[in-house]
Amino acid sequence: MEVVYITIGVSIIVAVFFFIVFIKSVKSGQYEDTYTPSVRMLFDDELVAKPKENIKNQPE
Amino acid sequence: MSFNNCYHCGLDCGKKPVEFNDKYFCCNGCKTVYEILNANELTCYYDLETSPGTIPKDIKGKYNYLDNEDIIQKLLEFNDTETSVVEFYIPSIHCSSCIWVLENLSKLNKGVTTSMVNFPKKILRITFKNKSTNLKELVELITSIGYEPYISLEDADSKNKKVDKTLVYQVSIAAFAFGNIMLLSFPEYFEVDEFWLEKYKYLFRWLMFTMAVPVVLYSAKDYFISAYKGLRHKILNIDVPIALGISVLFIRSTVEIFLDIGSGFFDSLTGLIFFLLLGKFFQQKTYNFLSFERDYKSYFPIAVTILNNDKETSIQVKDIKKGDRLLIRNEELIPVDGILINGNAAIDYSFVTGESVPVIKQSGDKLFAGGKQTAGAIEMEVVSTISQSYLTQLWSNDVFNKSEQITIKNITDKISKYFTIAILLIALFAGIFWYFYNASMAFNVVTAVLIIACPCALALSAPFAFGNILRIFGYKNFYLKNAETIESISKVNTIIFDKTGTITSSDKTQLTYIGKELTKIEKKGLKSVLRASNHPLSRSLYEYIIATPFEEKPTLFNEILGKGIEAVIKNMNFKLGSSSFVEAKAINANETSIYIKINNEFKGYYLFKNSYREGTKEVFEKLGKEYDLVILSGDNDGEKPYLEKLLPKNTHFKFNQKPEDKLEFIKNLQKSGKKVMMIGDGLNDAGALAQSNVGIAISEDVNVFSPACDAILDAKLFNKLPKFLTLSKKTISIIKASFVLSLCYNIVGMYFALNGLLTPVVAAILMPLSSISIVVFVTILTNWISKKL
Repeated sequence: MEVVYITIGVSIIVAVFFFIVFIKSVKSGQYEDTYTPSVRMLFDDELVAKPKENIKNQPE
Repeated sequence: MSFNNCYHCGLDCGKKPVEFNDKYFCCNGCKTVYEILNANELTCYYDLETSPGTIPKDIKGKYNYLDNEDIIQKLLEFNDTETSVVEFYIPSIHCSSCIWVLENLSKLNKGVTTSMVNFPKKILRITFKNKSTNLKELVELITSIGYEPYISLEDADSKNKKVDKTLVYQVSIAAFAFGNIMLLSFPEYFEVDEFWLEKYKYLFRWLMFTMAVPVVLYSAKDYFISAYKGLRHKILNIDVPIALGISVLFIRSTVEIFLDIGSGFFDSLTGLIFFLLLGKFFQQKTYNFLSFERDYKSYFPIAVTILNNDKETSIQVKDIKKGDRLLIRNEELIPVDGILINGNAAIDYSFVTGESVPVIKQSGDKLFAGGKQTAGAIEMEVVSTISQSYLTQLWSNDVFNKSEQITIKNITDKISKYFTIAILLIALFAGIFWYFYNASMAFNVVTAVLIIACPCALALSAPFAFGNILRIFGYKNFYLKNAETIESISKVNTIIFDKTGTITSSDKTQLTYIGKELTKIEKKGLKSVLRASNHPLSRSLYEYIIATPFEEKPTLFNEILGKGIEAVIKNMNFKLGSSSFVEAKAINANETSIYIKINNEFKGYYLFKNSYREGTKEVFEKLGKEYDLVILSGDNDGEKPYLEKLLPKNTHFKFNQKPEDKLEFIKNLQKSGKKVMMIGDGLNDAGALAQSNVGIAISEDVNVFSPACDAILDAKLFNKLPKFLTLSKKTISIIKASFVLSLCYNIVGMYFALNGLLTPVVAAILMPLSSISIVVFVTILTNWISKKL
């Protein structure tokens, strides 16, 4: 049953790793603006310039 | 979208829309924005949302100060020879189209590398190449598409305000440790004598210990600090028993595992700290787009144009000297007191007084800092520097310099005094009893009492109740600075109202005509004359008169500044303006009015009356039953008779109050033991708002700036004020009820503790159970009472 030392050790290392990643993400400001990215992600298609005719015919 | 609404901003286009590309616009400004976007293939802006735009402001020359190297350096966040980074606060960001167009700025200006919007904070962050563009160009670009940034002295002075994330780290460490320790301590809850458990329990215990150390030393450090500060001021605040409980838990648990007596209470310890911090976290609701700390600096421009031998240069406001000649353009704020030299001065003092009808000044008249010029450019000579100006002097008052009080006596601390003494006594007597009865158990029992008495549930009820109410209020557009404000509101017994802009609405002035009825032709003529005038009063009167003006222009038109207009149209001779100009007897000198004379015959006058907010009467009647009400106004007492009729009899009135007088008045009330709530709006109320126990700023548009205060109330919700006040009171009752409940938990726990039966498993059940049930209790009740809001 000495394997318990290894499994516990590994599990704690994994846990600590994720914890550090979390702290890092907070520090880098990832959670400061939780709204804009949700809107921004929908824009990617529009970035491609549409031909002018197309825009004119679009319903308002 | 209907035919009559502007394609860009959605406003009514009126009779003559500007047409372009088969689209209709309300004005040339909106059309220009469309043209810019259209030329750069950015019309997608209009597909994302319907009429998302705002009318661009005319800014010719306004941003010339951005050529000043010093100012540029102050505004830039990052700068090297190649690239610069700048952040702008843009109040008009409001929809997804805004995000889209602002993030595609690089299409409009090739110098922009990236631009990013933070929507909740309404901040645009631009990275640009120094070689191909500059700050002024960028500001003018975003202003020209309707997103004028807000640049102020305050921004320039306080760069790099870092958000304090300590609490987030503290909570996350506590959560991490709590979860892991729970798992590790599970085997020992059931005290099974099993070979492998016996073998590994030491490893488990030491792991728990290792994880608990940072929780106690880092996550819980604020409780120790606060308890220490409290004790130094001889106050037993709630953090004293908490700090005591945490230390006892930690010490006893450490002793237990060192001496191999048991597994300790590390799970309860970390759980306790985790819940406490969670409460703190929940209470900490901030409104990113609002600021409760603004002083005059945030209203004032950074720089102003100074005239030196007919040369225009921009200097920073703080460098203005006595005797300087300033050029104030349209829509610019006057930063210092001075004397008008020349130009058409119509000063809007709504920032200062809440009164939005501009005041007309003539050369030689004194201009006060804080006014906004609304009719073309003027020249003025400075008579006092910024810190010595009439309005800004107010900020040298002590009220604005007092540091945050360390020991605010709140509801939890009040009860904690008795609570702490009680548990110390219980622990003492239990210790003495067990010492004689069974000495080996004495340590156990005393520590158990202190552990179980740790007022976790007690400390949680207020944060969760306040936090929840804070959110509900915010949802209803009543924004509080922090949770303590709710408690202060519930204690108030005197309410003071400012008049102009607070109980009157500043944008809608009511017009009444008194005198001989005007014929249709006369009305038509009057409207045609008014059309030619740019005076603000003429404009509001023009809007008010219902008639179609004549096609032709007046044959004679003479506007005499500060007096009135003389005009001839269709052989009718019009003379309108002040009573002296029209040579009519002034009827009530204290009120704004336009006198009308047609063909040398005095017809009557239009009276400009402030319109009182909807429900003012009801609000005062409701509040009058419970509170002392005072109206404290900087205006003259012209409307006193009317107000006396409108408002309940016990309302007191004080007129002609200077900003300092308002502050002193509140100070005196407080000295006589009153708890004062001040409700105001302008900068002239700033002193009173800061001095009062609760200062509420009324705001027509919460994104626009309001003076430093404890709460910001959307002006539309003025009539709901009594409801907000009662709700705050009810919240306090809920908290009191939850105290009783949490004391019951303590009594149950005390039974286990005093009998020496407190095992880790009992603690592990009792602690979370009490905390969670209290949280559920207050959350449900606060939601229930605010349902009627």
